[in-house]
Amino acid sequence: MNQVIYLDNAATTPVNEEVLKEMLPWYAEFYGNPSSHYSIGYETKEAIDKAREQVAKALNCQPNEVYFTSCGTESDNWAIKGSAFQLAPKGKKHLITSSIEHHAVLHSMKALEKQGFEVTYLPVDSKGVVSPADLQAAIRPDTALVSIMMANNEIGTIEPIAELGAICREKGVWFHTDAVQAAGTIPIDVQAMNIDMLSLSAHKFNGPKGCGVLYIRKGVLPLNHLDGGGQEHRRRAGTENIAGIVGLGKALEMAVSHLDEKAAHQKQLRDYVVNRILTNISDTRLNGDPENRLPGNANISFLALEGETILLDLDMHGICCSTGSACNSDSLDPSHVLLAIGLPHEIAHGTMRFSFGPQNTMKDAETLCDVLEKIIPQRRAMSPIWNTLK
Amino acid sequence: MGMYSAKVMEHFANPRNVGELEDANGVGEVGNAKCGDIMRMYLKIENNTIVDVKFMTFGCGAAIATSSMATELIKGKSIDDALKLTNKAVVEALDGLPNVKIHCSVLAEQSIKAAIADYYTRLGIDPEPIVGKLEDDAHDHHHCSCEEGGCGCEH
Repeated sequence: MNQVIYLDNAATTPVNEEVLKEMLPWYAEFYGNPSSHYSIGYETKEAIDKAREQVAKALNCQPNEVYFTSCGTESDNWAIKGSAFQLAPKGKKHLITSSIEHHAVLHSMKALEKQGFEVTYLPVDSKGVVSPADLQAAIRPDTALVSIMMANNEIGTIEPIAELGAICREKGVWFHTDAVQAAGTIPIDVQAMNIDMLSLSAHKFNGPKGCGVLYIRKGVLPLNHLDGGGQEHRRRAGTENIAGIVGLGKALEMAVSHLDEKAAHQKQLRDYVVNRILTNISDTRLNGDPENRLPGNANISFLALEGETILLDLDMHGICCSTGSACNSDSLDPSHVLLAIGLPHEIAHGTMRFSFGPQNTMKDAETLCDVLEKIIPQRRAMSPIWNTLK
Repeated sequence: MGMYSAKVMEHFANPRNVGELEDANGVGEVGNAKCGDIMRMYLKIENNTIVDVKFMTFGCGAAIATSSMATELIKGKSIDDALKLTNKAVVEALDGLPNVKIHCSVLAEQSIKAAIADYYTRLGIDPEPIVGKLEDDAHDHHHCSCEEGGCGCEH
């Protein structure tokens, strides 16, 4: 196989070399426990403090509002379940989310439903956008939390977070956003956007796996997540993943300081691929908001094909991407996101996501199109649906 | 490496007997687009022997590989032998399939039976005593045989 062309940066990203270099000393060289009161403990504590400041600067919040976790999923679970269980004794047992959230959010909500909570799932329009009016109408006196993602991981649609946040703020309802796809990719300002809690994950912006953040605005009090030592302001105990935290801070700082440059590069590759596919391959469609979307995300349906077929063909050409078809899951249903924007099952099954990162080149984008232009007609020629359509 | 055996990938990359058969005298189609896989099997039968076979498949890698393998296993065989082909035999010939893909091999078996049934129907012969009762849909959402496991249905 030729060198791998990695076009699945929405799934994960390679660790940036500079980030890795900053991380390495914190495993064997500086290994002190940050909670210990001697010099090598202080060194690690300072490293964590520095990372906390880097994150705070990137989000426009205070360092003591930044809580390190093990991943985006943990952050989502903490925000959602922690808020639900904190406010339930006050009679607030209703939560609101959207129908296109990541499973870290959706399955947390489902878990709460089993425990007697009520959840409203807001619909989205055909571009995947949540309507602020729908949110306004869904909020009730017993609503504990609203959780709406900042940008969708599959179709890349960016939600009107500032507006949704303003509605929650006005109604006095806590507002959480899963910003795992957005952080390090689009501008975030938790104050301007009226965000009470925000989840992010290092490995989506060329940082390490195994490290996330939950931003919790001062005064917002979901239940403490892990009881134990006094780490993370006593709210999320456990000895810190210092190298991971250092890597997260550095990677986020780097991504945010080059945000425009990074987005312009991603957008250039993405637009090239979208334009070329939609022009040269018939019966294809771009899903999600054509304008208001993550710069690196292309989500395209290929009529009369099943996504896994395309995935395997691309893999044989050394190209990595992902599909919204059922065939990469245990279910026969295609992606809930694609169904939520109104795609019929048979079109959703033939949907691919190509997501570009800073390390990708125009050559990668060209190779992808070259290969697709070759394989799509070949596979369609053996599809009985295609055969019926033409 | 990967979720599939080398044999599955080889059949996926170079499927045998792909296409339509103009002079087919038995055609069977199973599956549905909603579930993400459709197999259409074309048979040309002479003197109780399957002299030619072709398939068209909409579906995942396993669906294409099982269709391809199934055609190889029945080409040149008698109708009786083709009717004896089980989904298990297709899976074994492919050196195994992941559990969630077993339903693809069921579709392959069913598509052959459906094509043979069509052959008999065209001759004015009731196929049911010979072919048996065909399932409406090998992996219907509501009638999924989850107890057997591996059908890929989440319920």
